[in-house]
Amino acid sequence: MSEFVFLYRPPQGPSLSPEELAAVMPKWMSWMKQLDENGHLTAAGNPLERTGKIVKGRGKAVTDGPFAETKDLVNGFSLIRAKDLNQAAELAKGCPMLERGGAVEVRPVMQI
Amino acid sequence: MEHFDPLFRRESGRMVAVLTRVFGVHNLALAEDVVQDAFCRALEVWPFRGMPDDPSAWLMTTAKHRALDVLRRERTVRNFAPELSHLLDSEWTLVPTLDQAFVSPAIQDDLLRMMFSCCHPRLKEEAQVALVLHILCGFSVGEIAGAFVASHAAIEKRLTRAKKVLAESHRLFDVTRADEFSARLPAVHRALYLLFNEGYHGASPESAVRAELCGEAMRLAALLRDHPLGATPASHALSALMCLHAARLPARVDTAGELHSLFEQDRSRWDRALIAEGQRLLDLSATGPDLTEYHLEAAIAWVHATASRTEDTNWERIVSLYDMLLATRPSPVVALNRAIAVAERDGPAEGLREIRSIPDLERLASYPFFPAAVGELEIRMGRPAAAREHFETALRLARSPMERRFLEQRMAACKLNETQVIP
Amino acid sequence: MNQYLFLYRGAERPTSPQDAQQVMQKWITWLEDLSKKGHLQDRGLPLEPTGKVVTGTQRTITDGPFAEAKDIVGGFSIVQAEDLAHAAELSKGCPVFERNGYVEVRPIMKM
Repeated sequence: MSEFVFLYRPPQGPSLSPEELAAVMPKWMSWMKQLDENGHLTAAGNPLERTGKIVKGRGKAVTDGPFAETKDLVNGFSLIRAKDLNQAAELAKGCPMLERGGAVEVRPVMQI
Repeated sequence: MEHFDPLFRRESGRMVAVLTRVFGVHNLALAEDVVQDAFCRALEVWPFRGMPDDPSAWLMTTAKHRALDVLRRERTVRNFAPELSHLLDSEWTLVPTLDQAFVSPAIQDDLLRMMFSCCHPRLKEEAQVALVLHILCGFSVGEIAGAFVASHAAIEKRLTRAKKVLAESHRLFDVTRADEFSARLPAVHRALYLLFNEGYHGASPESAVRAELCGEAMRLAALLRDHPLGATPASHALSALMCLHAARLPARVDTAGELHSLFEQDRSRWDRALIAEGQRLLDLSATGPDLTEYHLEAAIAWVHATASRTEDTNWERIVSLYDMLLATRPSPVVALNRAIAVAERDGPAEGLREIRSIPDLERLASYPFFPAAVGELEIRMGRPAAAREHFETALRLARSPMERRFLEQRMAACKLNETQVIP
Repeated sequence: MNQYLFLYRGAERPTSPQDAQQVMQKWITWLEDLSKKGHLQDRGLPLEPTGKVVTGTQRTITDGPFAEAKDIVGGFSIVQAEDLAHAAELSKGCPVFERNGYVEVRPIMKM
């Protein structure tokens, strides 16, 4: 088994309303529980707020960002265990967010 | 908080059970802290906003929110329930996991887990009973000390040690493992039996408290029977025995707080509904080859319960049931009760003979109803002076004002007989 | 104290094993410092530059691209800080800046 990270990239558009969020949480819960029961969940990870800061450049300037229009906005992550990258990608298909679009980036953890 | 309303005692038990499930048994103290917080919050808020429509639900919700704060604050420095740690660590699943933990069917399971965990083999029976009363029934240290007529310090020490054993047990008892469940079930039965016994026969001066202990034991026994693995013939027999004894409580201790023996109870005050329930459970307990001590005690109680007057009691049946009980669980108290039944069947001389041949008689040395029983038989033998001596012994051993008054009254009856003796 | 995610983006990859050693040493030093000060909740993980993307309702699997090279996520950590501004301050010691990368600081959402 190898380690992978799922980076969740939401579909373009406004973030979910509290009601929509409440409706979608049970789906995340049941997907993650299933991953856990099948031995694939190293850590469920966390969702991220839409706000943030970017610290950039030699001067390490702090600006607001990212913004909703950003193409590769990440709004959450999880840590997964899978046989290989292909299996990890297959597992990512179960992510409830994909029902609305968006993408799941699947990256192998670097073994140091 | 020393004094809870019975409603809140029960809620305390439910909250501790579910919080221990989420936090892990090693964090039992943290679970208890959160429950204290919830009650403190209630005391702060309710005087101003009034009692909520559903105080139990309010308390549970408050405990859940507090648990959420604790989990978020403490997850960097401590581990929680190992089976849930993945779900508790992540904001994706933290709230839904808590929501799921705090629904009713889950709580029922948690109460059972806690009950079985309290009956830990490393704990003495009296510690198990104290733990059950404290954690599941929400009794405070002071209330348990009062119920068991023990010192506050002794109960405190007993509970502290017991909680340490519990916290060190790594995880709550797994009520889904049938083999482990069956292995520990006898200890659970015994603890509930002892709890009921403390209420029924106990020395606490307050009859309301003793009635509550009986009630709690019955409630927990019913909880046990609700679980598929717990609905065994022995569990039904235990519940039957509790119902059939509890049915007699309204006559056993009257409204003036006076104790009445089985021979003088006003049987019209026996609770018919409880007798019927006891009968129903006794029938359910007869569904297997098991004949436990609970079956036998329940059967004896049933023979009494179905006799509308003392004179109608089938003493033959009772003696043979006691014979079987002695074979299963030999004890001087059981032998004494058997001897009393023999006296009813065969006369006081036979009864006295049986009493003298009880093995380990010295174990009854501090039991007031032993000399009292001998006294009763001496009265019937026409020997009031001898009887009075036995009652005096009994009086010295009395454990409560109620017992003292009962024995004094029996002694007065002797004096009456004495003056009537024709020289 | 709240939790924040540091996403390390766009850093140039080490050019040689010795380079990699040096980079790793700087990371270890910086993370240990954060940890000693009570700010490190999770050291996090470095990511391989490879991977796959599962996209859209069709759930098509492709080899990438993940993003423009300058924005590719190379790793992450979780820190504890008073607020977002404080978290951003804490990120300034990160070795990613020496490799032309940057740090994206995101609050972890309390659901």
